[in-house]
Amino acid sequence: MNALTDTFRARWAAQRAHTAYLALADGAIFHGVAFGARKDTLGEAVFNTGMTGYQEILTDPSYAGQFVVLTTPEVGNTGCNPEDEESRALFLSGLIVREVNPPSNYRATESLENYLARHGRPGLAGVDTRAITLHLRDHGAQKAFLHVEDTPLPESEAVARARAWVGLDGQDYAARVSTPSPYTWNAEGRFRVTVYDFGVKRNILRCLAAQGCQVSVVPAQTPAAEVLAERPDGVFLSNGPADPSALPYAQENIRALLTVGIPLMGICLGHQLLGLTCGARCMRLPFGHHGCNHPVRNLLDGSVAITSQNHNYALSDLPETLELTHVNLNDGTVEGIRHRTLPAYSVQFHPEAAPGPHEAQALFRPFLFLMEHA
Amino acid sequence: MPKRTDIHKILLIGSGPIVIGQGCEFDYSGTQACKALRAEGYEVALVNSNPATVMTDPATADRTYIEPMTPESLEAIIAREHPDALLPTLGGQTALNLSMELYRRGILGHYGVEMIGANAASIDRAEDRQKFKEAMLAIGLDVPRSGSAHTLAEARAIAKNIGSWPLIIRPGFTLGGTGGGIAQDAEAFDRIAQGGLDASPTSEILIEESLLGWKEFEMEVVCDRKGNAVIVCSIENLDPMGVHTGDSITVAPIQTLTDVEYQAMRDDSFAVMRAIGIATGGSNVQWAVDPKTGRRIIIEMNPRVSRSSALASKATGFPIAKIAALLAVGFTLDELRNDVTGTTPASFEPALDYVVVKAPRFAFEKFHGADDTLGTQMKSVGEAMSIGRTFKEALQKAFRSLETGRAGFGADGKDAPFESLSDEALAEALSRPTVNRLFFVRAAFRRGWSVDNVHALTAIDPYFLRHLQELALYEDEIATHERLEAFTADPECLRQAKAMGFSDRQIAHLLHTDELAVAAARRHLGVFPSYGLVDTCAGEFAAQTPYYYGTYGSPDTTCPQGHNRPPSILIIGGGPNRIGQGIEFDTCCCQAASALRALGYRVVMANSNPETVSTDPDTSDALYFEPLTLEDLVGVYEREQCIGAIVQFGGQTPLNLAQALKAAGVRILGTSPDDIDLAEDRDQFRTLADRIGILQPPSGIAHSVEDAIAIAERIGYPVLVRPSFVLGGRGMVIVRRREDLEELARQAVEIAEGKPILIDRFLENAVELDVDSVSDGQGNTVVGAILEHVEPAGVHSGDAACVTPPISLPPPILERIRAYAQAFASALHVQGLMNLQLAVREGEIYIIEVNPRGSRTVPFVSKAIGLSLAAVAARVMVGKSLAEAGLPHERHPPCFAAKESVFPFARFPGAAIALGPEMRSTGEVMGLAPTYGLAYLKSQIAAGTCLPRPDAKRNAIFLSLCDTDKEKGVEAAKKLATMGFPLYATRGTATALWAAGLRPNAVFRIGEGHPNALDLIREGAIGWVVNTAGTGADHAGDGLRIRAEALLHGLPITTVREGFLAAVEGLAEWHGGHPNTPRTLQELHGEP
Repeated sequence: MNALTDTFRARWAAQRAHTAYLALADGAIFHGVAFGARKDTLGEAVFNTGMTGYQEILTDPSYAGQFVVLTTPEVGNTGCNPEDEESRALFLSGLIVREVNPPSNYRATESLENYLARHGRPGLAGVDTRAITLHLRDHGAQKAFLHVEDTPLPESEAVARARAWVGLDGQDYAARVSTPSPYTWNAEGRFRVTVYDFGVKRNILRCLAAQGCQVSVVPAQTPAAEVLAERPDGVFLSNGPADPSALPYAQENIRALLTVGIPLMGICLGHQLLGLTCGARCMRLPFGHHGCNHPVRNLLDGSVAITSQNHNYALSDLPETLELTHVNLNDGTVEGIRHRTLPAYSVQFHPEAAPGPHEAQALFRPFLFLMEHA
Repeated sequence: MPKRTDIHKILLIGSGPIVIGQGCEFDYSGTQACKALRAEGYEVALVNSNPATVMTDPATADRTYIEPMTPESLEAIIAREHPDALLPTLGGQTALNLSMELYRRGILGHYGVEMIGANAASIDRAEDRQKFKEAMLAIGLDVPRSGSAHTLAEARAIAKNIGSWPLIIRPGFTLGGTGGGIAQDAEAFDRIAQGGLDASPTSEILIEESLLGWKEFEMEVVCDRKGNAVIVCSIENLDPMGVHTGDSITVAPIQTLTDVEYQAMRDDSFAVMRAIGIATGGSNVQWAVDPKTGRRIIIEMNPRVSRSSALASKATGFPIAKIAALLAVGFTLDELRNDVTGTTPASFEPALDYVVVKAPRFAFEKFHGADDTLGTQMKSVGEAMSIGRTFKEALQKAFRSLETGRAGFGADGKDAPFESLSDEALAEALSRPTVNRLFFVRAAFRRGWSVDNVHALTAIDPYFLRHLQELALYEDEIATHERLEAFTADPECLRQAKAMGFSDRQIAHLLHTDELAVAAARRHLGVFPSYGLVDTCAGEFAAQTPYYYGTYGSPDTTCPQGHNRPPSILIIGGGPNRIGQGIEFDTCCCQAASALRALGYRVVMANSNPETVSTDPDTSDALYFEPLTLEDLVGVYEREQCIGAIVQFGGQTPLNLAQALKAAGVRILGTSPDDIDLAEDRDQFRTLADRIGILQPPSGIAHSVEDAIAIAERIGYPVLVRPSFVLGGRGMVIVRRREDLEELARQAVEIAEGKPILIDRFLENAVELDVDSVSDGQGNTVVGAILEHVEPAGVHSGDAACVTPPISLPPPILERIRAYAQAFASALHVQGLMNLQLAVREGEIYIIEVNPRGSRTVPFVSKAIGLSLAAVAARVMVGKSLAEAGLPHERHPPCFAAKESVFPFARFPGAAIALGPEMRSTGEVMGLAPTYGLAYLKSQIAAGTCLPRPDAKRNAIFLSLCDTDKEKGVEAAKKLATMGFPLYATRGTATALWAAGLRPNAVFRIGEGHPNALDLIREGAIGWVVNTAGTGADHAGDGLRIRAEALLHGLPITTVREGFLAAVEGLAEWHGGHPNTPRTLQELHGEP
């Protein structure tokens, strides 16, 4: 009883002290309690409105360089487990939550707190995540500094560091998170698919494998010629972090692939890269789309799917060669394109879900169709 | 091509009287549907027997029928209305069953009425246990091992086949699982199975393997005709499987599933809906999950809008019923807007950045002898919902929203019954789910028990238990400061306590001070609640609908004031439904809101009951989903800078707060709290009555049992004993002998909690009256209606059947009553509503009670006279005269209107079935007809008292009349005999009938031989039991057993002579071919 009370009392005291904080470049400060690794970090603050799937979010390489503010208040409830990891590591800058809880789920093998600490990532709890969210909604995604170390740091210093940080725009984060060397995901399949890893989520690989593909993964900077030399049936352009305009080599490779007419499918960053290569523009959204509840209309059949989304940039000004296939019903932004003459298509959202709804998974099927009829 | 243009008129069926398992959530869904369909240009005809609803306000639908909800009555309406379509999915199980019956009888086919929203085949597939199971197995879902039976022998075979105890028994086609249960052994199994077979209208029960202790989840699904589907809300039950969802504390969104598990459940929920064939609309799917293995089992799905849909709508801001109605007429989800954001489409899944807790409200104190163990049969009578930023905050708010006298999760000085248990007794209490289970959990944590230990005893998920443990232990963190001054010296601790949801009252208790001192200290430190928005999108988009909840631990957000904003008025709602306080008060609040908005005021609504129309964000200009306590309401009032608050319409809840609110600086509109209190104060009231010159039954005020006895000796027996300041006659009892007084007075003293108890001489065989009037505070008082009780005085006015216009009183008496109303209104400076309770005996008028506020009969009266009294009252409260407010003089009803109450006795086996001064009804129905007899009979039919027809198979009438009833009873029996009903009677009654020339079959007393009444009921010979006995606590013996047996067999039971006489009069007219065409309220009251 006493040990327990002491544990609680220590936690309550830490909550009251709330010495850790997130400092935004515009000077806003949000105080809380540190958890996970006690390591001060820089990153871009974004919010995610999904109510489940924090472990998938933590392990999604697309969040590299970002602090993820979860709007769902109770986090950690289901702990962490080895099955729900979306990549080999945690690439995000840190996790910001209202409440962090110990696990209660039969699959949990460790607590969220331990998991973050083990992977060297900091967290901030006990903050009003709604206040941060409204701030980011009204002022846009921002460069930020998270202070969780025990040594005190003046807030002005933290704000200055956030401002001084180079940020995500124009930065090649794909290269930082991509696999260092090629590997084979599964050995068997009707079609041989090569996946460009700009920060791929494992569930994309699982979905492709489940559709009967034999999946190989190559680093982001692999030249197209090398890929084509392996004579794959199709090439997949994965999701990934940060700014598509910072990856000129990827556009070059995609142009080469389009020239030979090999079937192409892209998701998220891969979608933006396909669009840019074909002549579309790419713009930064004010605070991006990060969540599991975005309605997207498929213009080809009129259906509406609730989709999983995670992006800060979106395509605009599509060229004649591209057909708009999907549109976001909330803000009308581009959610999917296909090439009018070549076997290439892509979607901005995440049909592989993880986390999020599954109904868009059918979008992997046209890729098979293209490979079948190539 | 969005909406259908081939249908023009739509028939909507409501859910009838409020009963356990079917509360005002269907008034909310039906009202939303009416509004939405009419806005799209459809003509809506509505049927509901419940006059207390908002949906039966003549402004809600185009054509409103307050008629019994039987196939016969519906057929007559369909024949008159010729609707193109019937929408069966918004009126609960009642509407669904009725629609299916209309379909089966070929009535829909005959009149060419199309069922929209759901078709008969899919309803059948969802409701028929075996078909449902087959459909689920066909799509690969796991179901409990089970079987369905139509006889006890079949049931036993299935039990043997499953081969393990306990087994769960659920009857088919009943509300909230009436008649179901959990059997631990063969003996209990036989008993529960037989009860279930009897309760099911299809004589069908489902027997299944026990999933006790598993986790329970619910998914609220909405889909459209194109196959687009969304989950509006996911709900997790804090109580494990074994406790009916309606009785469970539930939490939204789901807290203990990973995304993998949640998405699999989501996919399967859509698969279930498609397998059942739901075309459009809302439905819910319930799941059980084995916490050890994750094995997931489908429990059931409701192919209609449900109680959970109302909760889900309020929890997320997504108006399920409105959307479901629009989807039924052909719209698709992407064609509809999300009302909250105003810019995004309805095809989305709400994201919550807060936690919602729903807690059930019980009424076991009303049913002495009933078992308070929670099981598969729903027993709660209402619910409160709360919203907080964290589970802890939401849970604390839920407990103080319940209005059970608790200030939160314990720590309020009322924990002794739980903390005082021995370890053994506490462990035993934890292992049996009861109303107070979480207070036992708190007691366990207070004495240092571990989460594992409590989990082993309760099977409540450790996620919830850890939060409960933290709350229980945190009390010491507050208490350790010992004094308020020390605590406020540590403002961070105060902030932390508030963020955990501790109320000012709890903090005051822990620091030995009072609530106001804590509130003052808190203000001094600048610790105020901030208000979060229920915006459906976790802040991603700006929201248009001002729907708020209070929370601590966030920086203050200022209220958008806007320039030239109209003055704001706070209307305080009624809180959770319970016996004595229900939908009728919500209807008053809603009508007042709309009247004030029409006058240009900005209406701010505060309420904690998710079932209600008042908590529809459409009803007010700003909605606060908050506990109705001083602390929470002052927060709202100040934030909105209201010019006044209205306490008259929400029943006892806001009235009890009136003085405290006033003291806190809230301006109370209408009659002042001092005058309201004056009417409650016996001494002051006696002086007032004397001054007005009206008689009162002799009475006295007792502070102890000794006082009570002395008073009774002085004024003479029988006496009426009641605690003051209670709702619904709680603890009220008629005592005829000194021997009984001692015990009964002791109970009353206990209930009164320090307040005095009132002892009145009981007026036997008097006619009791309820008068509802409105006064404008400018010298004008107009009576809304005078209601005459059918039962003699002594039955609580909320339980009594009543009729208007009065039938037995001469005009001079009525004139005197009007004059008394005027006199009381002037003396009490009434500005708004007033309710008088009077008794008339031998030409003398006695005043029993005056309540200068809205009563539960206000909506009934409004429907009878064709004018909303609540709206009139709201107008006079802001300074209009009665003439300006629309009631210059008394209106005379165009026909007779009878009110009957419905009772939950079938839910509480063991509790006595008799009417008395303590209110026990859950709901009411209305019968409208050109004659008194017919109006009364229609009210009986509407209340589910299916009086037999002379040519029915079970047409015999059993009569057992007490001596004083025999003379008039015999006359009625003669009429019954003439109509062709066979009569059975007990010896004494038979003798009296024989003497009058009738030839009844005499039966034995129970225990004296066979056949006795019990035998006849069991054999199925009897179709109506008439058993009159004195009111009060001294009924016993045969009568009680006969009533219980009749109840078990679902027979109509009449226990008062006057009710019997009125019913016979009605039957004679009904079967004598008296014309009885249903009429709409709009026709009755001469509106176009």
